[in-house]
Amino acid sequence: MKRHTRHVTADLAVIGTGIAGCAASIFARDLGLTVAQIGHSGAMAYTTGYIDLLGVLDGRVLDDPWSGLDALRSTDACHPLARMTNHDIRTAFDRFVRLLGEMGLGYTAPGDRNVSALLPYGTTKPTLSLPDTMLPGSDALHRRAPALIIDFEGLQGFSATEFCTNMASVWPGLRPARLVFPGLEARPVFPEVMARTLETPVAQEQLADLIQPLLNGAETIGLPAILGLQAPDRVRARLEQLTGATLFEIPTIPPGVPGIRLREAFERELPRRGVLLEPQNKVSEAILRSTGVDLTVQGALDDLRIEASAAVLASGRFLSGGLKSDRYRVKETVLNLPVRQPETRDGWFSAEYLDPAGYPVNKAGIEIDAAFRPLGPDGVPASDRLFAAGVVLAHQDWVRQRCGAGLAIATAYGAVQAAAGSINAR
Amino acid sequence: MTSLRETDVLIIGAGATGAGVMRDLALRGISSILIDRSDLNAGASGGNHGLLHSGGRYVSADTRTAAECHREADILKRIAPHCIDDCGGMFVAVEWDDETFARRFPDHCRDAGLPCKELSTDAARTREPALPGTVIAAYAVPDATIDPFALVLGHVDHAIHLGDSAYLPHTAVDVFEIANGVIEMAMCRDLRTGAETRIRARQVINAGGASTMDIAQRAGCSDVKLLYSKGTLLVSNTRISKGVINRLRVPGDGDILAPGGTVSLLGTSSVTVPRIEDNRPTVAEIDHILAEGTQMLPVLETTRFIRAFSGVRPLLAAPDAGGNARRASRRFLLFDHEDQGLKNFVTIAGGKLTTFRLMAEKTADLVAARLGNTAASTTSTTPLPQGDAIRWTEPGLAARDWYRRADPSDMIMCECEMVAQSAVDDITADAPGAESHMSLKAIAQRSRIGKGACQGAFCAMRVTSHLYDTGVYDSRGGLELMRAFLAERYRGVRPVLWGAQLPQAELAEILHCGLAGLDLMGSSTTGEPE
Ligand SMILES: Cc1cc2nc3c(=O)[nH]c(=O)nc-3n(C[C@H](O)[C@H](O)[C@H](O)COP(=O)(O)OP(=O)(O)OC[C@H]3O[C@@H](n4cnc5c(N)ncnc54)[C@H](O)[C@@H]3O)c2cc1C
Ligand SMILES: Cc1cc2nc3c(=O)[nH]c(=O)nc-3n(C[C@H](O)[C@H](O)[C@H](O)COP(=O)(O)OP(=O)(O)OC[C@H]3O[C@@H](n4cnc5c(N)ncnc54)[C@H](O)[C@@H]3O)c2cc1C
Repeated sequence: MKRHTRHVTADLAVIGTGIAGCAASIFARDLGLTVAQIGHSGAMAYTTGYIDLLGVLDGRVLDDPWSGLDALRSTDACHPLARMTNHDIRTAFDRFVRLLGEMGLGYTAPGDRNVSALLPYGTTKPTLSLPDTMLPGSDALHRRAPALIIDFEGLQGFSATEFCTNMASVWPGLRPARLVFPGLEARPVFPEVMARTLETPVAQEQLADLIQPLLNGAETIGLPAILGLQAPDRVRARLEQLTGATLFEIPTIPPGVPGIRLREAFERELPRRGVLLEPQNKVSEAILRSTGVDLTVQGALDDLRIEASAAVLASGRFLSGGLKSDRYRVKETVLNLPVRQPETRDGWFSAEYLDPAGYPVNKAGIEIDAAFRPLGPDGVPASDRLFAAGVVLAHQDWVRQRCGAGLAIATAYGAVQAAAGSINAR
Repeated sequence: MTSLRETDVLIIGAGATGAGVMRDLALRGISSILIDRSDLNAGASGGNHGLLHSGGRYVSADTRTAAECHREADILKRIAPHCIDDCGGMFVAVEWDDETFARRFPDHCRDAGLPCKELSTDAARTREPALPGTVIAAYAVPDATIDPFALVLGHVDHAIHLGDSAYLPHTAVDVFEIANGVIEMAMCRDLRTGAETRIRARQVINAGGASTMDIAQRAGCSDVKLLYSKGTLLVSNTRISKGVINRLRVPGDGDILAPGGTVSLLGTSSVTVPRIEDNRPTVAEIDHILAEGTQMLPVLETTRFIRAFSGVRPLLAAPDAGGNARRASRRFLLFDHEDQGLKNFVTIAGGKLTTFRLMAEKTADLVAARLGNTAASTTSTTPLPQGDAIRWTEPGLAARDWYRRADPSDMIMCECEMVAQSAVDDITADAPGAESHMSLKAIAQRSRIGKGACQGAFCAMRVTSHLYDTGVYDSRGGLELMRAFLAERYRGVRPVLWGAQLPQAELAEILHCGLAGLDLMGSSTTGEPE
């Protein structure tokens, strides 16, 4: 049977539906470009929900990410974040966070300082912007306010006892309690199911009734992140009203609700903004032309051919499939672009677990020029119409530096500005 | 804090040999205390190929060792069938191997009394489809594999149940107090608490594996001389062959692919090393073993490996081996140390996992005689019992058990190997070593936790949470133990990180740093507000 092929033209093709890809599409639509975006479920559904900018530099926890960026510019000029001004980074970050609010996911406005965000194992991390549902937890920690921490029977990946025990030295007034989630007795329970259930008023009331007798004077309650999927702020407000206490969420082991919220929100919002979104597909072939980039997407039923004037490659790392390796080399999967990397496999990973210097392979990735154009084998841009953004870029270690989402957002902004320039100059 | 314990016999080293001696003595009515500076199988017994040798590998060089392996393997298949996969094996030569050497194999087998059956290339490939068309000779032998964890847990558990024998993990012998040719006291240390444990025993047995030389020297004996041979192995994600596949050539590196339940183990290398500490697998070793192994089994080029590990073989330094570990003897020796002026100290050294029972019997014979006990060894006929808390090392068992019990509230802690919470609870309550607090690492030693494709990246976090929930952990120390466990796994995972393992490793690092903050733990700035 001959497969049908759909043909589409767009100003910009975005490869990847992670935070970098979604941010790129939004920024491009803001500039009035037509956009086609392709990707499949990547790392987004795994995130904690925190949006980091720069939390750690050379193993030191940063209080002020902005002066950290200044330091980065002088010590590590190749770092993708060092290629941008603080002003542009702030613009990108502000816009992205504001957009999340418009999509129904309230986030704190990025300030001048990092915030100590709570982690499920009773440790914390520095982040810049966090969901409104999580902010009261950081506040309570700051004030050392007594709090009741609740977990659920059958829920793996979050233990209130573990959280309280490990927090005890910095936050003594914590008390753990375990509940059976209404209607989900004696079985494994998953955050996504709990979150969907909690969107109904009945479930909200049932849960509030269970919490009430545990309060015992507590004014603040921490829960795993399960407060609804589409409108978490409303679910939280309702539960606060019912219990009379302040509620906050703590992220759970992935895939967790905050990441699923982001993914679902983007899948709703992008088409609404006129983006042609293919969220379940991979680009199987990409051809660079002098006037743009051609992409082929093999769908389940038909094929899609996209002719774009420019493309942003935001395909992530190994976990999302943007990079892969054999026993000898790391490769880029979409265009087979050169990947900057250690000489041999022996140099990929340090001898010691979690070596404070970071594993060298984490800084492997695509080299770009000042206009976010990936470099080809000869060290000059592979094309004037190809740009790259997100964690596929070389010279960064987002996991250790706590800069994942911020790097994705900022570089997406940089890449789209440059791409728009190239399209307008045609 | 100091405590004093008395017993008939102190056994130092809880590998297969020490555990074997403990059970042999218990069956004769002699009680003992077994100590290990780390835990059960922390030495070579927990880091080997798991091959219950038919003897085929030794027929050309050492008929006696070959015959001994064959006899012992037969006994173990009878008394401990639940620890053994009687999968059979074959010796295979491929195109560029020495055909004359290969053709002499059946004669050598006959000399050692080992059954051996010639297979046509087609028959060999029907049995093991992974073999290439380049096979030039193939012989079937009765090789098998053995689960050393089930074996050692079973031995220690049985001995404890037989009488007042005890097992003390993380207890190392420091100094011996000697007077009039007698060890009067062994000064030991609990390495977890730092407390001193003084053990007064009538006889002391040194079964310290690669450390026997060091332990003997502490007792003033200079007669134990060992050669340390480091061997490295790779573990694949799935089982590649039905039975053991040996390369039919002069024993060399990357020669043997042995099944290990649901996985396969490829190895080994053999490098003489100066010391036993910090022998981790390297990228160079892995590439070398693969280069050798793929000649016999091309499928290994595209096989997914999940881990590598290294062990140190304690070999008896034979004068004629000249430092070449492959030519050093695989025999064992029992030192009575009487010419060293000691009357109640013995060392058992060398040998193989396959011959541990015989080593234990000879050791127990000497010690029993010294104690005036005339009972004979019964380990060649007494079946090894099974027990609820010690059965969890068997691949696939946890999954079968979980499905059979069909209790949805019994949560799966380890998804790769389907280990449920109830299995973890069984182990913490009753497995040998349970009398002291049982850590994630100890649970992993007694189950399949951390053995699957994720190598503990996820289940370590789940089990740790559960140990907090059940009160086993009551401080940040639990997180530190998790980090230590993961650090140990990392040593074995690092050299096989490529291909499908890289996304896995990336996610693991994100979780361990991004969600647990392990990278910032212990640094001066911990990410916590002051
Ligand atoms: C467990 C976890 C926790 C995290 N926690 C945080 C946190 O607390 N704070 C924070 O700031 N960040 C966090 N992050 C990081 C963040 O979510 C993103 O991973 C990061 O921002 C990188 O985004 P990216 O868009 O560059 O890449 P990715 O998110 O990896 O997205 C890459 C995209 O490319 C697509 N792709 C790959 N190949 C192709 C192809 N051939 N064709 C089409 N599409 C393709 C993938 O499907 C995917 O959609 C976390 C990530 C994970 C996994
Ligand atoms: C890579 C490799 C592959 C092998 N493959 C096979 C095979 O396929 N088949 C086979 O039959 N044999 C094989 N062997 C050999 C076999 O593993 C060993 O011969 C056997 O396990 C030795 O057992 P053991 O109990 O004597 O010593 P070990 O298992 O090393 O036990 C010694 C114990 O003593 C403890 N200890 C040391 N010092 C002290 C102290 N001061 N105080 C307290 N405790 C102490 C250690 O922690 C350790 O647990 C292999 C060996 C290696 C290294």
